[in-house]
Amino acid sequence: MALCALALLGSCSHRDDGREVVRFWAMGFEGEVVTQLIPEFERRHPGIRVEVQQLPITAAHEKLLTAFAGDALPDVCAIGNTWISEFALLDALTPLDPRLAQTPSVQARDYFSGAWDTGVIDGRAYAVPWYVETRLPFYRQDLLKQVGIARPPTTWAEWKTAMAAIKREVGPDRYAVLFPLNEPEPLLNLGIQSPDPLLREDGRYGNFRSPGFKRALSFYREVFDRRWAPLASNTQIANVWNEFGRGYFSFYVNGPWNIAEFKRRLPADLQPTWMTMPLPGEHGPGASVAGGASFVLFRSSQHQDAAWKLIAYLSEPEVQVRFHGLSGNLPPRRAAWDAPVLANDVYARAFRDQLERARPTPKVPEWERIAMEIKLVGEQLANGRLSVDEAAAELDRRADRILEKRRWMLDRQAAAQMPAAGASR
Amino acid sequence: MKPATAGWVFAAPALSVIGLFFGLPVLAALALSLTDFDIYSLAHIDNLRFVAFDNYVNLLRNPLFWSALGNTLYFVVVGVPLSIAVSLGAAMLLHSKLGLFKPFFRTAFFAPVVTTVVAVAVIWRYLFHTRYGLVNWVLSWVGIDPVDWLGDPHWAMPTIILFAVWKNFGYNMIIFLAGLQAIPEDLHEAARIDGASPGRQFRHITLPILGPVLLMVSILTLAGYFQLFAEPYVITQGGPLQSTVSVLYLMYEEGFKWWNLGNASAVAFLLFVLMTAVTSGLMWVARRKGVE
Repeated sequence: MALCALALLGSCSHRDDGREVVRFWAMGFEGEVVTQLIPEFERRHPGIRVEVQQLPITAAHEKLLTAFAGDALPDVCAIGNTWISEFALLDALTPLDPRLAQTPSVQARDYFSGAWDTGVIDGRAYAVPWYVETRLPFYRQDLLKQVGIARPPTTWAEWKTAMAAIKREVGPDRYAVLFPLNEPEPLLNLGIQSPDPLLREDGRYGNFRSPGFKRALSFYREVFDRRWAPLASNTQIANVWNEFGRGYFSFYVNGPWNIAEFKRRLPADLQPTWMTMPLPGEHGPGASVAGGASFVLFRSSQHQDAAWKLIAYLSEPEVQVRFHGLSGNLPPRRAAWDAPVLANDVYARAFRDQLERARPTPKVPEWERIAMEIKLVGEQLANGRLSVDEAAAELDRRADRILEKRRWMLDRQAAAQMPAAGASR
Repeated sequence: MKPATAGWVFAAPALSVIGLFFGLPVLAALALSLTDFDIYSLAHIDNLRFVAFDNYVNLLRNPLFWSALGNTLYFVVVGVPLSIAVSLGAAMLLHSKLGLFKPFFRTAFFAPVVTTVVAVAVIWRYLFHTRYGLVNWVLSWVGIDPVDWLGDPHWAMPTIILFAVWKNFGYNMIIFLAGLQAIPEDLHEAARIDGASPGRQFRHITLPILGPVLLMVSILTLAGYFQLFAEPYVITQGGPLQSTVSVLYLMYEEGFKWWNLGNASAVAFLLFVLMTAVTSGLMWVARRKGVE
């Protein structure tokens, strides 16, 4: 049925029927399911036809940059939250504030602030969140109970106690937690809880030697030193869900898409054993990274009004709830969370709670690259190749090198503005 | 028309295509390697700086470049002789009169070469799984503890070498087989009558006659192995602890992941210089030994 619909869409996309065409690029699975929401939009707006093109997630970033270089960007696109600053800097995005002011159905204050804030650069909104994700521990209730812990830990200290107890129980061949070494997210989520920003002086230098980030590094290192977590990457664990079911680890810090995976992949008798919990922070439930994807309108588009209507439609709470039903992605609007399907989902509850505390990552185009360095240095720290102080210094050194061009540009801009300001006086 | 002019006229179409699609991009890349072309420059050309040789200097100061170079050399130094030895061995087995089912084995040995690297790499990742992999399961019969093939920085590169050798030996094997079949049988016969053992026959007849083939295979394999990329990209993503990052992998990350095309071009040119130096060295040695 869905295939037929896709085929039909494909076949009619070449016909010119006089309607205004909006080209919409969406990534991965979302691009596949969003086509089911389009007919309703086209029914409401008979003059507009939407052409959805799916991008594979792994190649999307390269494809977008290439499209920018070749002046072939679509009208509207859902891009990863960490890429917004990059495309804003390329001057490829249309600022949305004037349109937002005229569209009461899309209200910034209904959005989780961390999610909304990722699209705001230098005080201007460039993106409207489509779905949000943040990472938190999936955990084994039964194993926790077995070692005498009744409620999930909320602070680092409680978490350590729980991990130590589980490790004593499961022995040397199994572990308490899985922090995959090929992902920056576990360490980054601990680091972003720090009151100190990750970068300093308007993103000119790294700030990883701050006391807060160092405490996160020590926590991370301790987890590996005490053998609470295996020194392993995701690719080495053949099937994370199976291993979780076998009790190879009891806490697994990951994103909301795994709710559906755990429901589907764990056998029926293990279904009551797992649950989600907010990520523990240093002193109580902690912050985490606000990830996900947001809609942007490209400056090169000739159909901005029609494209904005599409964004407004896909941002309606009811449509977001339908989209959640199709994809499992979590809506970024609080109003959508009032729908029973989300409000009554026990696994989504911890995400709802944590989304209020989710924070954007630093808005510099180089961030993605710095995050990779966090992954690499984190791996060396976990392997005991670096001490906490050395890791912090190394991260600052690498971040400063990556940010060199940014410093040069900001300094040049400042120098260009200075005489102008002087002349106007 | 003078013969020389005629030659140029005939060669001109091919030469101009090579110039346009090979020479020009190489020159452009050389120019690019002297600038700091990145996404900022893509946004506005004012953000492009001419940095002369800074990219090269910074690269030579970057520990990751040296470790990538070390990893690549490790792969080349161990992988190339191993690969040649295995191909030669397989070719001799297939050439031997005692061999059975030769067409079948020839196909079977050649099959990995024509299979996509991504598909076989996925299978190998399972074979080398620490707890469920076939390799550790077989080793456990002889009482060897499980080895963390892809997760231990000391084992990751040997595992990738094994994989690459298995994947590529069939190609060289076919070339060797052709070389072996060109050796006149009378020479072996004469040696045998003179009482030479199979080992001596190999050393004094097979190897010297195979000399030029061996040289060509070495150069091809060297050039190929210096460009190690797909194996770590698919199997380990450069990990663990960056122990499988190769020079080309570094270039890919700089250029296509982070869009630092200036830096990436510099990496490419350094690799080019290195490969030219090594192959010229090999040719020089071969020429002195009169193999050519």
